[in-house]
Order: sequence, then C-alpha cells, then structure tokens
Amino acid sequence: METPFVSRLPATIARTTRMRIVSGIGPTVVAAGLVWAILQPYRVTLLHPRGQGVWWLLIEPPLLVVVVGIVFALLVARPLLSDLEERDASAR
Amino acid sequence: MLPHAEMVHWAFAAGILLVGLCLLCEAIVGEEVWQMRAWRKYLWPGLAFSLGVLLWPVMAFFTNSSIHMYAHGSWAEVLMLAGGTELGLVHGRLRSPLWRLSWPLAFVVTGTAFIVHEQNPWFFARSAFLHHLLGWTFIVAAVFPLLLVWRPRSAVLQSCFALMIVTVSVMLFSDRDVAPIFGHLSSLAGTPHR
Repeated sequence: METPFVSRLPATIARTTRMRIVSGIGPTVVAAGLVWAILQPYRVTLLHPRGQGVWWLLIEPPLLVVVVGIVFALLVARPLLSDLEERDASAR
Repeated sequence: MLPHAEMVHWAFAAGILLVGLCLLCEAIVGEEVWQMRAWRKYLWPGLAFSLGVLLWPVMAFFTNSSIHMYAHGSWAEVLMLAGGTELGLVHGRLRSPLWRLSWPLAFVVTGTAFIVHEQNPWFFARSAFLHHLLGWTFIVAAVFPLLLVWRPRSAVLQSCFALMIVTVSVMLFSDRDVAPIFGHLSSLAGTPHR
C-alpha cells in the first residue's frame, strides 16, 4: 500500500522547522537589543542627546544590535524564506 | 575626535554579528538554497573581507604600542585573506578546497594576536579578561573551520562555526575600556565610566 503522507511528513516537518528558525532569528536579535536598551538605558544616547559627543550618538550598542536584526530580517531572511518555499514547491 | 576603543569593538561586533547570522542561516537552509540568489553567496565573504579592510584604519589610528600595530595589522591581513579566498571559492576562480585552510589560519593568528597584545592579566579589567577569552576562543574554535575543509557540507560543523562567530560578537559587545570583571578591577586600570 502506498502512503505518500507518511513519506512526506518528515520533510514537511524539517522544512517548517527550518523556516521557523530562519524567520525567528531577526526578531530574536531585535528583541535582544531592546532588552539591552531597557536594562542599560544610559547606553541609548538618543534618549538624552544633549551634551553627547558625536561617537556616543553614532555608536549605541543596543541600537546596533537592533539595526543588525532588522537588516538581517528584511534583507537576508525574507528573500531566503521565499527561496526556500520556491525550492520546496519545485521539489514536490 | 577618535572614538573610544570600546566603540570600535562595538562597531566591529555589529559587523561580525551579521556575518555570524548569515553563516547560521546558510547552515540551516543548506548551500544550495543559500546560493539561489547570486548576490547572497558573496554576502558574508564580502562582509568578512570588508571587516579586514576596515581593520587597517584601526591599526593606523589605535597604535598604542608596536605590539598593537602588529596585532591589528595581522588581523587585517588574515581576515582579508580568508574573506578573499572565500570570495574566490564561491565565484569559482579558486577550486581547491584547501584554500579554506585560510580560515583556521586566520583564527589561530587572530587568537595568538589577541593573547600576545594583551599585556595585563585576566582579572586586570574587563577588557583584559575579554582579550584573553577571545584569544583562547579563536584558537580552540579553529578546529571548526579546520574540519570544514574536509567536511564542507556538515550542518553541525557549519552551525558550530556560525555560533562561534556570534559568540565572538557578544564578547566584543561586552567590552568596556575600564570596567570590572566579576568584581575585579585593578587600581592601575583607571576610573570606570559608563
């Protein structure tokens, strides 16, 4: 007896897991940056810019983490997810 | 007008974090999917090469001593070499997988430079502790890119390599010019600031 559902199930689970992980990395990094900003608000000089030097305004580590997370989610993860879907669709 | 050394560490940490996330994604989805778009296969090797180029101004402007100059200069060289060879490999100009030995070489040189150019003991201050920790992390973790030369498609090794790069970025984000480490701060280190 042919049971295509059973043979396809592990591949489907693996695909879903991979997609969840890839789509979750960016938001996780953004969340880590936001938690850091809440724990050490004095590192976010945008909240109190008066009297700060240019480097303190440019390089704010919690915001750098948030920016990396957003850039990764929009420019890397999003097209990667569509490619992953496209490849799985063509493989079916 | 120059930024504090800790700020340079944070800026590089951001770039290294992006490289680590890209490597992690490539390990998760596999090389075939990762390289479906032409620009993406050059992404993290290009970032690594660019970080190597950006280490040259660090060498020029943060030369506290000769050993600092040698350390930053050697990082710039090996990171450009590793990023450049990776670019050559993904483009197809370089074919031998042995070119990937440039990564373990870069790790060992970087780790040694971290340890050698830190003149203070582990618990002198947080920056000293992190320099020692980063140095040993790079030397020990060189085993991942070394094994990847012979097992390039191993998802476990690729993930370990990527997570090690992310860990390095976390360590760099933790760096402070003058701050205690586990309650220890030498009186010779100076006055802590934010």
